[in-house]
Amino acid sequence: MQQFLNTALGGLTLGMVYAAFALALVLIWRSTRVVNFAQAPMAMVTTFVALAVIEAGHSYWLGFAAALFSGLLLGAFLERVVVRPVEGKAEINAVILTLGLFIVLHALAAVVFGNRFRSFPAPFGIRGLEVGDHTIALTGFGIFTVLAVVVVMALLVALFRFTDVGLRMRAAAHSPEVARMLGVRVGRMLTLGWALASVVGSLAGLLIAGGSLVHPGYMDSVVVYGFVAAVLGGLDSPVGAVVGGVLLGLSLSFVSGYVGSQLVALAALGILMLVLTLRPGGLFAHTPARRV
Amino acid sequence: MRARLPRSLPESALARHLFLAAIGFVVVVLVLQGVSDFRRFQLAELAYLGTAAGGLSVLTGLNGQISLGHGALMAVGAYVTALLLPDRDASTPLPLVVLAAVAATLVVGALVGAAAARLHGPYLAGATLALAVAVPGIALYFKETLGGEQGLRVSLPDPPGWLLDAAYFVTGQDLTTSGYVALLAWVTLLVTYVLLANLARGRVGRRWRAVRDHEVAAELAGIDLGRARVSAFVVSAAAAGAAGAMLALTVRLAAPSSFSLTLSLTLLAAVVLGGLGSLAGALAGAALLTFLPQVVTDLGTDLGLSDIQAAELTPLVYGLVMVAVVLVAPTGLAGTVRSFVARRRPRRALLTTSKGTTP
Repeated sequence: MQQFLNTALGGLTLGMVYAAFALALVLIWRSTRVVNFAQAPMAMVTTFVALAVIEAGHSYWLGFAAALFSGLLLGAFLERVVVRPVEGKAEINAVILTLGLFIVLHALAAVVFGNRFRSFPAPFGIRGLEVGDHTIALTGFGIFTVLAVVVVMALLVALFRFTDVGLRMRAAAHSPEVARMLGVRVGRMLTLGWALASVVGSLAGLLIAGGSLVHPGYMDSVVVYGFVAAVLGGLDSPVGAVVGGVLLGLSLSFVSGYVGSQLVALAALGILMLVLTLRPGGLFAHTPARRV
Repeated sequence: MRARLPRSLPESALARHLFLAAIGFVVVVLVLQGVSDFRRFQLAELAYLGTAAGGLSVLTGLNGQISLGHGALMAVGAYVTALLLPDRDASTPLPLVVLAAVAATLVVGALVGAAAARLHGPYLAGATLALAVAVPGIALYFKETLGGEQGLRVSLPDPPGWLLDAAYFVTGQDLTTSGYVALLAWVTLLVTYVLLANLARGRVGRRWRAVRDHEVAAELAGIDLGRARVSAFVVSAAAAGAAGAMLALTVRLAAPSSFSLTLSLTLLAAVVLGGLGSLAGALAGAALLTFLPQVVTDLGTDLGLSDIQAAELTPLVYGLVMVAVVLVAPTGLAGTVRSFVARRRPRRALLTTSKGTTP
């Protein structure tokens, strides 16, 4: 029973991180119809920025802010300079481009920050909380993870629902031609979308790194899990991404706890295949059949 | 197309491909005879990367399916080879081993391909990416059979007597182990390329291209989209399986670290650079994968980087090349050369006719 509870709690925390990462993928997919496979190394680079700030003697929170800010800049820069030319072209070009960026950022980080494991601090305890005489697998940092993702989601919902910029971004994503005629600067909205997505991705990177080891490749499998979570939710819906992330986190945690941690990626592949075969539109599809 | 070929080449596609392959074989034998053992090892590496890249190039270029899972498919071929060649005494005949590796990869390819046939673009890329990440975990999980992190050792059977005699007769030297392996890998490459080139030129290749270019039109013409996609994936997977078998024989080890995500991504980089759909381009891309690391790493150390940093410059170059090719020359090396030639030809033709008509 205790193992079951702990596996579930671990899965929930992990699921929130996947949710954040899936959310970043969905934000970009909605506006530019590009699955940003470079999201993982982008987040990794910003985590290394945070580590550099922290190792220079500043506080964790300054590093945290530096990572999110560098994420904002990196996202905006990549969209404007590299991705803009392939938007609206054959989709295979965008896929190859983001994979190229994946390799570039990976190698760049290894050259600049070194290709070894380094420990990343956590602002809160990473030991399980004690309830009675049992230690449960919910850590202080785990609670922070869940809260951080929930806050970011709330902020994003508020942005898209209640602000003028959010409305413009939705218009630009939904129907660029019409939005342009109505005076929305579509290009700028797309850049902003990438920047925001990159911030959310950075947050996911920081949450995974907290209290563990970082390495240029530490986010590689997360891009797969984030993608699976996003597809679970339908790749179009932010709410779906979050629910998909939590579901995936729980399932993978049980696979890891009861079968073997080596098979987690295989389980993710299985779940992805199942979803794409049975419900290609994701669990919450309300539009009829969509080409996948 | 036919008119542009030199007159000396045979008319039928099969005869022409076999003729080119025979020339290729002679060149390979001559080159292998003249280089050091280290270069032979590198050339074997070039051959197996080229075999896998050829398969991937046909899949992506002719059928429009992208696969990030070819590294994983190579792993299947390599592990089957390793399981069949545990030690020198109990070794299975080599052609059988390679056929078994190809057959096993065919089965996996059919499974993946059947799922992939329903997907396109980013969905397909994501699914095959998941495959590339998932497969090494299987080797780690079944530690007893598949050797875990250390992997399985492969024992290379001795070359047959007639080959040793023939090699001595032709080249005047004894056939070294790395020479034997390189020869095997190159023969595999040539056989694979002849088969791929024939498929691509014939009815099957036309169907693949039709599906790539216009699904609805292809379907109206009576092509079964799913079958065309699965067959392209299966053929491509078979090439990756043969490549995996050659990899196992060359490095004499099948270990998860050989089949990281990086392998799949760099294969894609090679194919994109060479030009999607072109076998010559795939070979050129594979040559770059083989020889670039040393050049770039030396350059890095000359610039004052540490060895570890310099080693990371190679993937950096691959990545930059991929981005640059997509942005600047989406048809890759082969396409750029072809369009350059095509652009020059009519101009020359125009020149001669204008000279002819104006007095």
